[in-house]
Amino acid sequence: MLNIPCPFCGQRNESEFAYGGPVKPDRPQPDKVSNDQWVDYLTQVPNPLGPVEERWWHVKGCGTWLTIWRDTRTHDIVEEPGDAG
Amino acid sequence: MQVDRLAAGGRIDRGRPLSFTFNGKAYQGFAGDTLASALLANGVRLTARSFKYHRPRGIIGSGVEEPSALVELTGDDASANQPATTVQLRDGLQAKSVNCWPSPVVDFGSVNQMISRFLPAGFYYKTFKWPNWHLYEPSIRKAAGLAAAPQNPPAGGHFENRFGHCDILIAGAGPAGLMAALVAARAGKRVMIADEGREAGGSLLNRRLTINCRDAAHWVAETIAELNTLANVTHLQNASVWAYREHNYLMVTERTSDNPSLIERNWRVRAGHVICATGAIERSLVFGNNDRPGVMLASAAQSYVNRYALRPGKRAVIFTNNDSAYAVANDLATAGVDIAAIVDSRNEVPREVRATIQETDVFAGHVVTTTKGGRKLRGVEVAPVEGGKSQQISCDLLAMSGGWNPAVHLWSQSRGTLRYDDQLACYVPDQPAQASSSVGAADGKLTLKEAMKSGADAAASLCATGPAAIPQSDDIDYSISPLWRVEQAQGPAFLDIQNDVTVDDVHLALREGYDNIEHVKRYTTGGMGLDQGKTGNINIVGTVALQKDVPLQDLGPTTFRSPYTPVSFGAIAGIREGSVVQPYRHTPITEWNLDRGAFMYEAGARWRRPGYFPRDGESFQDTVNRECRTVRNGVGVYDGSPLGTYELKGRDVGRFLDHIYSNIMSTLKPGQGRYGLMLSDDGLILDDGVALRLDEYRWIVSTSTGHADAINSHMEELLQTQFPDWNVFITTVTSQWNNATICGPRARDVLAALSTDIDTSSQALPFMTFADGQVAGLPARVVRVSFTGELSFEINVAPRHMRELWAKIMEAGAPHGIEPIGSEANHVLRVEKGFLSLGHEVDGTVDAHDLGMGWVMSKKKSDYLGKRSVNLRREGEAVRRELVG
Repeated sequence: MLNIPCPFCGQRNESEFAYGGPVKPDRPQPDKVSNDQWVDYLTQVPNPLGPVEERWWHVKGCGTWLTIWRDTRTHDIVEEPGDAG
Repeated sequence: MQVDRLAAGGRIDRGRPLSFTFNGKAYQGFAGDTLASALLANGVRLTARSFKYHRPRGIIGSGVEEPSALVELTGDDASANQPATTVQLRDGLQAKSVNCWPSPVVDFGSVNQMISRFLPAGFYYKTFKWPNWHLYEPSIRKAAGLAAAPQNPPAGGHFENRFGHCDILIAGAGPAGLMAALVAARAGKRVMIADEGREAGGSLLNRRLTINCRDAAHWVAETIAELNTLANVTHLQNASVWAYREHNYLMVTERTSDNPSLIERNWRVRAGHVICATGAIERSLVFGNNDRPGVMLASAAQSYVNRYALRPGKRAVIFTNNDSAYAVANDLATAGVDIAAIVDSRNEVPREVRATIQETDVFAGHVVTTTKGGRKLRGVEVAPVEGGKSQQISCDLLAMSGGWNPAVHLWSQSRGTLRYDDQLACYVPDQPAQASSSVGAADGKLTLKEAMKSGADAAASLCATGPAAIPQSDDIDYSISPLWRVEQAQGPAFLDIQNDVTVDDVHLALREGYDNIEHVKRYTTGGMGLDQGKTGNINIVGTVALQKDVPLQDLGPTTFRSPYTPVSFGAIAGIREGSVVQPYRHTPITEWNLDRGAFMYEAGARWRRPGYFPRDGESFQDTVNRECRTVRNGVGVYDGSPLGTYELKGRDVGRFLDHIYSNIMSTLKPGQGRYGLMLSDDGLILDDGVALRLDEYRWIVSTSTGHADAINSHMEELLQTQFPDWNVFITTVTSQWNNATICGPRARDVLAALSTDIDTSSQALPFMTFADGQVAGLPARVVRVSFTGELSFEINVAPRHMRELWAKIMEAGAPHGIEPIGSEANHVLRVEKGFLSLGHEVDGTVDAHDLGMGWVMSKKKSDYLGKRSVNLRREGEAVRRELVG
């Protein structure tokens, strides 16, 4: 069970959170991108071996949507992607 | 008769005899016994039949490592597949062997021994391929497997979960763990020490060692006494640390006798640091017929003679490749067991070790090639390790020691790495992956002095207290020369005794191309039993290493996974069983519904709602038809409270709703409402519902019952991650509002009869508008929406007023023939009008056009969630299904 740092509540058990998935690139302006670019935006989800930026919702706590960097190999939560082991 | 019980000694209470039965026969043991020790004391040697070949088996170990003696407990605490060595004896215990019928002595399944050559490694997988698995399945399913799961839940008591937090969790209360606990506790750390044994002490309970010139048990007792006086220490006995997860999160199952109604308690512990002081487990040796009842781990024999004060045999042969078994020989001899010989596979036995046991024959450079006997050991065949003439030695106990494996299970579960230590011939912890350390025998510190020092040092460095004083202790040194298998073995030589995996099986797996150690494991099932190969796994690695001629470091042990020891489902579930797993949500009308004879449904998100209200003599269809006619021709009422309700406040709510709904909401005037669809950005329908504008900055968004939580998440995520500068605040008010929806052509009459200060005429309160006021003397919001297609008034009140409102509606509506209607009728009514229902017409694959609802897709807005995707999908030539009718 992950120990997730909530910016408001501190370290809390994963069971208080709902997983929000990896952070995708910003939503493009729909009329400014090609069909392929739009489909890529919808379907391409980062899935790296190593640090991934992801969102968690502190739904059983303060309600914050927060972002962490988690190393998918170790579950280590790091400040910056470069900090991963 | 406890024929093999010693007259004195041991950690049993001879003043408290306990009666138990085994395979229907009555026996007696003492408090402090395990089922295994009590059986041995009663002279019972044959306790089980093996998994595959139904070979006779006895007790091999003395703790969690036991591969052989599995029992099924019956009666009140029925439980399947318990190692007899971990079942604590209690009065009235009823146990029977698994894997045999009718008994281990007369076992019909033992014919499998004769066909054993047709049941090689992987035979199970081969049946999948040829000729047809279904041909074999019924008989294999019946023959394989162990005891059946109990039919009923435990008769008394309960399980619970509990969270634990500590600076340092110490797994194991042996000499190293206790030293670590002492140092850390004295330094004021919050310490949790959990040990799987009935009492603390670990290996000290089984051996005859001194600490500070006294029996080591004194030191254990003193240490525990001191720890128990300290408020910063939580000490758990009978508590197995069985899982080491990420972020130093560990699972500990505690069986406590303090509270008889508590069967097991599962701790979920978050530890600042973990000290693995889990000790070491003795390996078996691999020779012919090494599974015969009477063959036992040397450490187990030592435990039985010292801790349980019993004689596991009258005449013993010790077979070893290391020094530790010499102390066992000494202890057995002291208890009056005749030591026939020590067979040591090493050519050279260290002189000081040899000196500990003067008058015994030591066969250095010799091995046991096979055992003799049937259901009971009668002798062993001994031959020089280099080959040569063998001789027979008669005995009824063979104590074997293949060396020691540090119990690296938890360490390894934490992803700590292992390295193979040539000196100790075992895998030892290398680099930690989390905030953890290994100490004592678990770290390869196999002598008492080293173990205590490593425990103290680990804690001292964590607490920065400087080196701690280590008590004086005596122990002989440890040296070993590995013997992975006896080459001249005659007869099946078992590597995994529980799963009946022999050396030949492993060789077969290698020949058939399964040469990765993980593949060998799966193909042979070696190490996949309940014991997880605690005594045999490394011998399998060694056997593979010999055959492939590669060093053990390159093969590595197979992955250690949780649980370390079997865990009951009850312990994991805790109190979450039956109705508490996911409690139902009720509205204030539930009781009224039940009194009225409603048949209750789950209406999404665990809400309990009436499905229909049957009357005597009515069929289901009659009821639904009647309820539908009531609404179409007269008036009905239903409780719409479970619909998700959110209040949105702020300057940017209109803009936000325009983004998440496919149609335009921002143009609504206060007092108006509008039906809309929410799409996901890939153009599929997420939810439908009505938005109401209360005033310039306040809105109500209602969602379907089942999707309420998902929509909340969706809105919060968008606001917090995409539009953090938009001024919108969401409050969940689902349970702050209840509503009774009066529907049917006579709905307005009922509302009038209730007396209200709201003008309900269709001019003053047209469809999709609402008004606040008083209804039946209660503050209410009346909304003109319709799910049934008939004239409807949704009367929203605070939950504390709901029952009163409901009673008054039934009373005022009685002259109009009002009736409550259930969700069945509701669905018929809305289908007749062509209205949507999430989860029915909307199944996650359709868009609004497919449903004939293209009108809800705004053409004016340049962007909203899902617009681009819906257009993109409809650009192509693909044929889409369309809802008609």
